[in-house]
Parts: sequence; C-alpha cells; structure tokens
Amino acid sequence: MDVPSWVERLARGDKAALARAITLVENRAPGARELVRQAFLRGGSSLVVGLTGPPGVGKSTLASGLARAFLGRGRRVGVLAVDPTSPFSGGAILGDRIRMQEAAGEPGVFIRSLATRGHAGGLCRAIGDSIRLLEAAGFDPILVETVGAGQGEVEVMRYADTVLVLLMPGLGDDIQAIKAGILEIGDVFVVNKADLPGADRMVRTLELLLELKPLPPGTWRPPVLAVVARDMVGVEELTQAILDHAGHLKGSGGWEARRAAQAEAELGDALQEQLLGAVVGRAKEAGEWGRAAARIRERQSDPYTEAWALVERFGPGLSAPHAPED
Amino acid sequence: MEGKIRVLVAKPGLDGHDRGAKVVARALRDAGFEVVYTGLHQTPDQIAEAVIQEDVDVVGLSILSGAHNTLVPRVIELVKKKGGRQDLLYLVGGIVPREDVDYLRAAGVSEVFGPGTPTEDIVAYIRQHAKG
Ligand SMILES: Nc1nc2c(ncn2[C@@H]2O[C@H](COP(=O)(O)OP(=O)(O)OP(=O)(O)O)[C@@H](O)[C@H]2O)c(=O)[nH]1
Ligand SMILES: [Mg+2]
Repeated sequence: MDVPSWVERLARGDKAALARAITLVENRAPGARELVRQAFLRGGSSLVVGLTGPPGVGKSTLASGLARAFLGRGRRVGVLAVDPTSPFSGGAILGDRIRMQEAAGEPGVFIRSLATRGHAGGLCRAIGDSIRLLEAAGFDPILVETVGAGQGEVEVMRYADTVLVLLMPGLGDDIQAIKAGILEIGDVFVVNKADLPGADRMVRTLELLLELKPLPPGTWRPPVLAVVARDMVGVEELTQAILDHAGHLKGSGGWEARRAAQAEAELGDALQEQLLGAVVGRAKEAGEWGRAAARIRERQSDPYTEAWALVERFGPGLSAPHAPED
Repeated sequence: MEGKIRVLVAKPGLDGHDRGAKVVARALRDAGFEVVYTGLHQTPDQIAEAVIQEDVDVVGLSILSGAHNTLVPRVIELVKKKGGRQDLLYLVGGIVPREDVDYLRAAGVSEVFGPGTPTEDIVAYIRQHAKG
C-alpha cells in the first residue's frame, strides 16, 4: 500500500479514496494503520457532532438537514451513520441513507454507513479512525449518528465535541429520559417532530429537568430546541446552537478538556487492543493459550491467575509496534 | 483481514414499490452481508455516489419499470467516471426481456435475476463472484 499517495488523495478530498480507506480500517487491513497514523497527525481540528436518541426519532433526517445547513455556511460535511449488525448472521441492513437523500447528492457532503460488527455502545470499532480519515479529507463538521438502541450511546461522548440528544413527542414516560442518564450527555437537546402534538410539553419538561441540575457559573447550559427535521424547521437555529456550543467549549477550556479525556480513552483502547492481540497471538503460537484454557475448564486454576501468567510470560520483550491483525 | 461483503440495493427510476428489493435486502443480511439500502426513486447519479461513498463490492439494481436499458448503463458509466472500483459486481433484478440481457451484459452487468428467483440463488451467486 502506497501510503503517501493515499494521504495525498485524501487531502484532495477524493471521495473514492476516502471510502476505500474507511473499508480498510473496518477490515483491519494491512497498511491501514499507517494511513490512520498519518491522518491522525494532521487531524484534530474538525468539529465532531454526535446525534443520539431512540429508534425512529429522526437522527438521519436531522443529520441530512444539518449537513445542508452547514453546507450553506460554506462547510464540507461528513456523516458517519451506524446501524446494528445482526448477532445471528453477522449481516446488517444499513438504511440511514434513505433519509439523507437531499444531502447525499451534494458535492460537499460525504456519507458513510457503518455496521456495529459486534461492538457494544452504539458505535463501531472503526468510528474513531473513520473520523480521522474524514478530517484528513477536509470534512468539518463531522456528524456521527449512533444506532438508535436507546441505551449505551454514552460512548458517543468519547468522540463528539457536541452531543445532540434527540427526543420526540409520544415517547411515553418523559421521566424515562432522566433514568437513561440522557440528561447527562446532551449538550443540546432536540425535540424533533415538533409538528406532532405534545412537543411543547416535552420541551417544557426537559427545560424544567435541566434547570433542576445545579450548574457552576460559566458552565454551558444545554438548550432545548423544537425542530421539524423533515421540513427543515428549526434546523438553522440548531446549527447556530451547535456552533455556539463549540465556541463556548473553545472559550472555556472545555474543548481542550474533552480532547484530553478523549486522548486518554483512546490510549487505553489502543493499549488494550494491541497488548491483548500481541499476548494472545504469542500465547497461541506457543500452544500455551489452549493449555491455560484447559486448566480453567478443569477448575485447576482461575481465569485471572491464568491471564496474568500469560502477561508475565508473553508480555515482556514484545516487538513494537506489533499489529495483532497485520 | 476480516472483510465483509458490502452490497448496495437500490431502486433506480420511478416504479412505485420496493417490496421485492426489501425481501432481497433482508435475505442478503441474513446471509451475513452488509446491505446498504437507499430506498425508492433513486437517480443514477445518487446511486453512483452511494456506490462510491459506501465502497460496496456488489451493486444490486432492482427495476420493474422497463427502463433498465437506459438506467443501468448510466449507473455503471457514472461510477466509472467518479473513480469507482473496477472489480464491482453489478446485478440486476426485475423483468428483463432476453434480448436486453445481452445488452446489459455488454454494458457490464454480471447477472440478471428474474422475478421469483429464490434469494438463495442470489446469495450463492454473490458468495461465488464478489470480491469480498
Ligand atoms: N412528523 C415528522 N416525522 C419525521 C420528522 N423527522 C423525521 N420524521 C420521520 O421519522 C421517521 C424516522 O426518521 P429517521 O430519520 O429514519 O429516524 P432515525 O432516528 O434515524 O431512525 P433509526 O436510524 O432507525 O434509529 C421517518 O419516517 C421520517 O420521515 C419530523 O420532523 N416530523
Ligand atoms: Mg437513522
């Protein structure tokens, strides 16, 4: 793989190259790591906006609307939309594009559907690297749509500078929202489908709940916006709210704080992935993996003891960077 | 490298329902493929963009309107123009008269599946021919 020429194609905004690069990352293809490394060293300046909320709330429709609104402000917009992989077949239906047709035709928009491939938390393993590749290709902002599972989407905070939490009238028990911890993760709350009855009440309930939260002075107070994504009503205001939040983050040191937390989380992930891959690989080569598993199965030993024994035996002297998948 | 076969299922043109396309999409998912489904009334340009951005291995075009001879070659041509992959597998589903099948093959289509083709046949064909 000729990494410099790929990096150059990305920098030119070549969509075919970008799309291919994302596939390589998803498939842990050899060479992908160096490409991501190059992209990483150049990236870090695009605004990443997460969209999360229950199934059918309008995340894809809103992503499309936001893409058009940002396009109108002269930005090139990337969209990454994640849908669940079937645990039974390993296949997936990626249908978010259906609701993004109006943005999909724009030269300044790039949309990619991704499957979770067994990754828990509402995103996929390749999401961080895909964001980086989009950054390298000059997309800013990057909109990330989580799976609409209704739980566990907290992971979007790991990648997003601004998290949009979408709700809609008729979701039933409004209080459900607090239970799910969703008030904690939203930087901007969107009550979508405001054309339907009950939207005003939902906005007021959310505002009330948010006001109850004690916030130190100078802290961002998440606004609640009524939106009809399907008809582009309120999308301009939302776009402004997103930019306001980003501005607030940058002015208050919040941007740096989030990026620092992200860096730590990513370091932890990378350590886990690489160390695990390397130790498991070496243990298997030596035949020790199967023997350790057998001892556990026979109740001669326990998993923690065996795992640590593998780390002690196979951890030292690992040749870096050992890519477990390459 | 842990590849997954990615398939775009698209409906170009104006014909009104996508039941067949959805059945095929689900069968492909159940076979372990990742299926990008884009819905009804797609223009060739929209489909070609989706082919590029989604980096699919297989393009399945479902056409019942009879306009396959114009729509399908147009999609293939646009994908080429936009710098798409050379190793793409193009499949067409729908009612295609025999004389048109040859025309579509010449334009780059690998296989045409008539109405009522068992989905297992389509799955098997993709397994055998897609790059993956
Ligand atoms: N009434 C109304 N319907 C809307 C609005 N926005 C989206 N919808 C509809 O809601 C349905 C779901 O929209 P999507 O954008 O696919 O929702 P989603 O959250 O992305 O769904 P998943 O990805 O499946 O979780 C579609 O039929 C949309 O047309 C709106 O503002 N008002
Ligand atoms: Mg969606």
